[in-house]
Amino acid sequence: MDISYYLVLSALLFATGAIGVLIRRSPLVILLCLELMLNAGNLALLAFSRSLADQQGQVLALVVMVVAACEVVVGLGLIVAAYRRKLPLNVDEFRTLRG
Amino acid sequence: MKEVLFWIGAIGAIGGAAAVVALRNPFYSVLALIVHLVSIAGLFLILQAEFIAAAQVVVYAGAVMVLYVFVAAYVGGIEEPTLDAIPGQRPLAFLVGAAIFIELSIAIVGSGLLALDSGGPEVALGFGSPAGVGKLMLERFLIAFEAASLLLLIAAIGAVVLAERRRRDESDAEEVLG
Repeated sequence: MDISYYLVLSALLFATGAIGVLIRRSPLVILLCLELMLNAGNLALLAFSRSLADQQGQVLALVVMVVAACEVVVGLGLIVAAYRRKLPLNVDEFRTLRG
Repeated sequence: MKEVLFWIGAIGAIGGAAAVVALRNPFYSVLALIVHLVSIAGLFLILQAEFIAAAQVVVYAGAVMVLYVFVAAYVGGIEEPTLDAIPGQRPLAFLVGAAIFIELSIAIVGSGLLALDSGGPEVALGFGSPAGVGKLMLERFLIAFEAASLLLLIAAIGAVVLAERRRRDESDAEEVLG
């Protein structure tokens, strides 16, 4: 299977995630769409790692997974904290920090 | 054989991703993401990244998704407004997504890298095994490894601080209620 198929697939998955971030309002689903985009990046990293026969890309993919896990943990903590304070869970309503 | 497995994985990954974006109930979106992650792990296996594929299933589809499922169940079905905040937001979003996809595809197909038109060179037997990746990680990328572990620790502490139930919140809620 040509490496370019994997790269086009990862571009398609990244675009799907970007559409999700743009059209959804619930912060939980936006976090899920960010996961889609990070995984698309990982797929491209591993495809290039295979194409160059070099394992360094796989180490980078592991670091991306760690960063994604941290982002999930902090994001879900924020969602739970917002829910406890009875704030509306809608990203259009979170505008206190807007300049 | 590889072709068949690739297309099965690709259809699973695209279907899961589309379902995450399209489903109204966040709980079903989380379940669709699990399908997506397992399909992607299959693709990682075809790319001979066995350790990453195993980590993907154990860490992501296992641990992180359990966290998502619990939060989705705790927060419940979030009512999402059907009206766009900005007029024409949805068509514009699809346009931007299509533009990203077309631009990346042109960059990939038009690139001068000859290696992209092949399945990649032959690799040694231990390529992508825990031994190979671990050796690289603990020797050449030791600082990145330590930074990642420190980041995980900070994130764990941060999540506990953020989601902690404070007495002040409860008294605030009581004041609002009564």
